[in-house]
Amino acid sequence: MTTSVTISAEDVEIGTELPARTVTVTRTDLVRYAGASEDFNPVHWNPRVAREAGLPDVIAHGMLTMAVAARTVTDWVGDPGAILEYRTRFSKPVVVPDDEHGATVEVHGRVAAKLDDARVRIDLVVTSGGTKVLSEARAVVRLPSP
Amino acid sequence: MALNPKCVGTTYPPAQPYPVEPQAIRRFAEAVGDPAPVYTDPAAAQSLGHPDVLAPPTFPFIVVARAMEEVFRYEDIGFDPTYLIHGNQRFDYTRPVRAGDRLVTTLEITGAQTLRGRDVLGLRADLADADGSHVVTTHMTFVSLSAVEGGERDDDQRDDQR
Repeated sequence: MTTSVTISAEDVEIGTELPARTVTVTRTDLVRYAGASEDFNPVHWNPRVAREAGLPDVIAHGMLTMAVAARTVTDWVGDPGAILEYRTRFSKPVVVPDDEHGATVEVHGRVAAKLDDARVRIDLVVTSGGTKVLSEARAVVRLPSP
Repeated sequence: MALNPKCVGTTYPPAQPYPVEPQAIRRFAEAVGDPAPVYTDPAAAQSLGHPDVLAPPTFPFIVVARAMEEVFRYEDIGFDPTYLIHGNQRFDYTRPVRAGDRLVTTLEITGAQTLRGRDVLGLRADLADADGSHVVTTHMTFVSLSAVEGGERDDDQRDDQR
């Protein structure tokens, strides 16, 4: 697999859709992310603690969901170094059931604005089970100008 | 325990440098399910003009979390982290984090509020390389799900953290 930047500022218009992605998140993924990120907050792996916290069940790390959504942008732009800004609000938790299916996260992105200096703003819509789990999820990227 | 609103503006001494190891990047990229070679293959990173493998865009958060463990104490500001969730997160990059960086994090408290009976803490973290040049700034809020004494929990709004 070769990494290359294929999108240029001239190629995109407002409304250009990024390839949509559907990602499965299982309990195993949460444990793996906990280890890699050293985030051992028990609401991400312990159902008892999650319920004590008033949550329906174990929830995914918001930062895992944010990372999953980021890939939609970095795959499209080809170079993660092109991201200048990335932000979100964690509006609803991604509840991850204790089964082999886990939770499904859907990521859609579109070019929402063309800014100066070959920069564009990507707005992401990130849902799980039909519920928006991230809101105001946006990235500003600088595209190569030919 | 009550969140002290006067903590806003508190700055902390810089944390110990965080050395960004290629294996930590690889483990993180695997954990977020991203197989892009730019995170693992120096040649792929160099083909994009980077001196070494990049870290994924959200990697700086774990550097911040490590810095918080070192310099920050929730109890000093009256914030109960027993049931902690993330409210929002923002990254502003001067350049991507990459293997070989030694990142120095400086923390500041930017917000301390009680909203709908829950304490919400705002933090800013500035990450600089060993030579002092800026790499990335993050802004974030954390929400304590522990009931505040005398506060009302609004179950209809339970998941709508701001």
